[in-house]
Amino acid sequence: MSVRDENIIEVEGLTKAFGDFKAVNEISFVVKRGEIFGFLGANGAGKTTAMKMLIGISTPTSGKAKVAGFDVFTSAEDIKKNIGYMSQKFALYDDLTVRENITFFGGIYGLKRQQIKNKSNQLIEELGLEDVKNQLVGSLPLGWKQKISFSVAMLHEPKIVFLDEPTGGVDPITRRQFWEMIYKAADEGTTIFVTTHYMDEAEYCNRVSIMVNGKIEALDTPQKLKEQFKADNMNDVFLKLARG
Amino acid sequence: MKKFIGFIKKEFYHIFRDRRSLFILFGMPIAQIMLFGFAITNEINNVNVVVLDLSKDVSTNTIVNKISASSYFTVTQLLESQNEVESIFKKGKVKAVIVFEKDFDQQMRNAGIAKIQLLTDATDPNTANTINNYITSITQNYAKEINQDIQLPFQIVPESRMVFNPEIKSVFMFVPGVMTIILMLVSAMMTSISITKEKELGTMEILLVSPLKPYQVIIGKVIPYVFLSIINALVIILLSIFIFKMPVQGSFFLLGLESVLFIITSLSLGILISTMSKTQQTAMMISLMGLMLPVILLSGFIFPINSMPLPLQVISNIIPAKWFIIIIKGVMLKGVGLLYLWKETLILLGMTVFFILLSIRKYKIRLE
Amino acid sequence: MNTIRYIIQKEFKQIFRNKGMLPLIFVLPLIQLIILSNAATFEIKNIKVGYVDFDHSSTSDGLMDKFTASTYFQVKDQFPSQQLANSAMLNGDIDVIITIPSHFERDLLKEQKVNLGLQINAIDGAAAGVTNFYIQQVVSTYNNAIRAELIQGNLPSEMLPKNLLTIPSFWYNETLNYKTFMVPGILVLIVTMITLFLSGMNIVREKEIGTLEQINVTPIKKHQFIIGKLFPFVLIGLLLLTIGLVISKVIFSIPINGSILLMYGYTIIYILVILGIGLFISNFTDTQQQAMFISWFFVVIFILMSGLFTPIESMPKWAQVLTDFNPIKYFVEVMRMVMLKGSSFQDILPQIIKTSIYAILMNGLAVWSYKKTV
Repeated sequence: MSVRDENIIEVEGLTKAFGDFKAVNEISFVVKRGEIFGFLGANGAGKTTAMKMLIGISTPTSGKAKVAGFDVFTSAEDIKKNIGYMSQKFALYDDLTVRENITFFGGIYGLKRQQIKNKSNQLIEELGLEDVKNQLVGSLPLGWKQKISFSVAMLHEPKIVFLDEPTGGVDPITRRQFWEMIYKAADEGTTIFVTTHYMDEAEYCNRVSIMVNGKIEALDTPQKLKEQFKADNMNDVFLKLARG
Repeated sequence: MKKFIGFIKKEFYHIFRDRRSLFILFGMPIAQIMLFGFAITNEINNVNVVVLDLSKDVSTNTIVNKISASSYFTVTQLLESQNEVESIFKKGKVKAVIVFEKDFDQQMRNAGIAKIQLLTDATDPNTANTINNYITSITQNYAKEINQDIQLPFQIVPESRMVFNPEIKSVFMFVPGVMTIILMLVSAMMTSISITKEKELGTMEILLVSPLKPYQVIIGKVIPYVFLSIINALVIILLSIFIFKMPVQGSFFLLGLESVLFIITSLSLGILISTMSKTQQTAMMISLMGLMLPVILLSGFIFPINSMPLPLQVISNIIPAKWFIIIIKGVMLKGVGLLYLWKETLILLGMTVFFILLSIRKYKIRLE
Repeated sequence: MNTIRYIIQKEFKQIFRNKGMLPLIFVLPLIQLIILSNAATFEIKNIKVGYVDFDHSSTSDGLMDKFTASTYFQVKDQFPSQQLANSAMLNGDIDVIITIPSHFERDLLKEQKVNLGLQINAIDGAAAGVTNFYIQQVVSTYNNAIRAELIQGNLPSEMLPKNLLTIPSFWYNETLNYKTFMVPGILVLIVTMITLFLSGMNIVREKEIGTLEQINVTPIKKHQFIIGKLFPFVLIGLLLLTIGLVISKVIFSIPINGSILLMYGYTIIYILVILGIGLFISNFTDTQQQAMFISWFFVVIFILMSGLFTPIESMPKWAQVLTDFNPIKYFVEVMRMVMLKGSSFQDILPQIIKTSIYAILMNGLAVWSYKKTV
């Protein structure tokens, strides 16, 4: 793994308020280039809201954040050129085939026709989608859909890829394969920013942060967190934090 | 039963939480009935006409004055030559050109007959025909004045009485139609969409594996819309009574019952549509494209059914809106009761039962 | 530009893949055009007449024969009493009651003047007016014939009434054929409804199923997205127009007097207005249900206030001002002007200018209201 000493995400005092309610309350952290950064928290802790600010589809109320060197307030569209995103809800077109989905997203990311062709052939091969490449996405099982979503997010070779609970609802084997894909991407130098429910997955990350009620309560490597909270595994760390 | 009530409550919450839809649901029918009640009329008013007077004598002057004095016409211009007619019609503002022949007055007094040429833009044949009727009436009246000293022998004088709508208000014709179209589309569209939505989002399966029986699920989804539509109907009836001064000659109670019946007919049609469609889009296209034009055109709302070609008169019988319009006009304007409306009422009842039975059949096939 | 092409491609694939929708877009509306154009007529005929004859004379029989002979009337029944006739009117079996009083013939001869009772169902006021006009015509024709017979020759010259003869000449539509009037109008409605409903549901559907979020994290420009969305619908609208024109020509023999090119040119601008409205609604709403409801609301208002079925000149002034904001009004005007009157570019220039401004405004709003952030 090639984590470099270079900040690719810098967040300082980032806040998102809906009326009086602060969904994200002055969070600060940095993510290094090439890192797998786990973004943990219970449901409703503010993970997704925070992520949406970083990918430029939600404007923060206050604070500062830079993603891939661009300011989230002023250069959201520049950020979008440099990131990939996979939402927790399956968000590709059910009524298009695997290949058509890839072609479409390649197209709107501005890839050249030849590039799209090469890239989608490569992806289809890597993911073992050869048999289903001309099937409608809607007819595929969830595990496949998620792999395709991930590959679409990686299509334009982004510097950072944001994954919002990418493995929700799939079987352990598929999850394993999925994490292999993540590792491979990270090996090739892509920064991974991932939220998850599964605490065993947290162990795969270089560093994790744990959000409780809109604030980041802990942030370190899994090893150090376990030492700090005197726990055997990440699950216990999480429970200790979440129960306050 | 308790579960069922809980389910209905949930459905109510769903609807009432969506303020925007609620606003649309109540605000739009009111806005529509107000707008149409005041604005739409198939009468003609202030139609622009121009005059080409080749005679310019006492008689033509008097007739032109009578024409401009009537509320039907506005005389916008006096032409000098017939060559201008073509270009005037092409611009589209002027609907008729009235041409008085040379020596009009003299012709009338000496030869006993004078000619008026009436050129109308008949791209709208209705307006053209009505203009023709009214101009003819005005000139006939003038002839009567001229002839008043002459006592014709053996006269038959028709004495017309306009019944049910003595003041000839367009509103009487259009309010029942607008009310019908609103109730029909709101009820059919809302139910078909709300049921299809559950199918599309996959929540229908969850409901069907719950202890609720399938018919309870459907009834539970429909009941809130029954209530909303009843309130809508009530508001529309009150508006037509207090704003448009529509009378309710017959029983208010009967009017209410018939409205409820029609609402249920429309809702059952909505259920039927939902059994036929997989996505909300399909449901909407069927209820909008499939219902809107037939309801506007074939129900007698605007166009008289009597004048249609026979096959269309037959087809119009399957439009529930046609029967409801007859019922509303009967109760409100004619003041009749079930004695006269039992046939229409039975037809609506029959249609409702038919829609429901058909839905149940389609539904079963789907589940098996 | 390339980006836009990919969106267009995707939209087309989705539209043509939805087998349930295709017939609803292309078949149902055209069937409606063919069938419903026959329904839209204000022509008054087959007026259902009942009568009560208290005289039973040859004069009263002769009068009713005239009604039977007229194509406007359909003489249903003779009723023995006024009550029964009234009841038939309440029932809806008849719309006109003619009451011939007793001693009708005797009084006509003796008193020189006799009244004839008429009751006309006036719920449809305009139709009642026309009905009344037709009845008066029948009665006066019959009256003149009887008089000539009774006098047996000519009236003395001082008794000769002065006549005014109105000679109508119906331009562009000599036979007062309603289809000539309605088919272009209903075609307008169909093009409008399909393009509005499809575009109105489009973006909000992507919102509902979540794909819009995936689009929003891409660097796509707002106007690229909107243009890509517009294009397929413009084509669908033009396709519908083409099929509709062929139908009007082949089935209804409606003349196309003006320039077809002009018609298509205007239609493109018009469809852009409708699509702009549709996409604006779509951006502004959260669910397809809301979007549909709002589109429905506007369509009903646009249709009924367009001058398609009822004349705009007859509306109160304030309502006429409102119709200036109704795009359907302009389209109906242009179609009728170009198709039936052969109006030229110059003639419809005002409509073109207003529609173009509308198009720019609505599509500006559509781009503006499409927010890539939540």
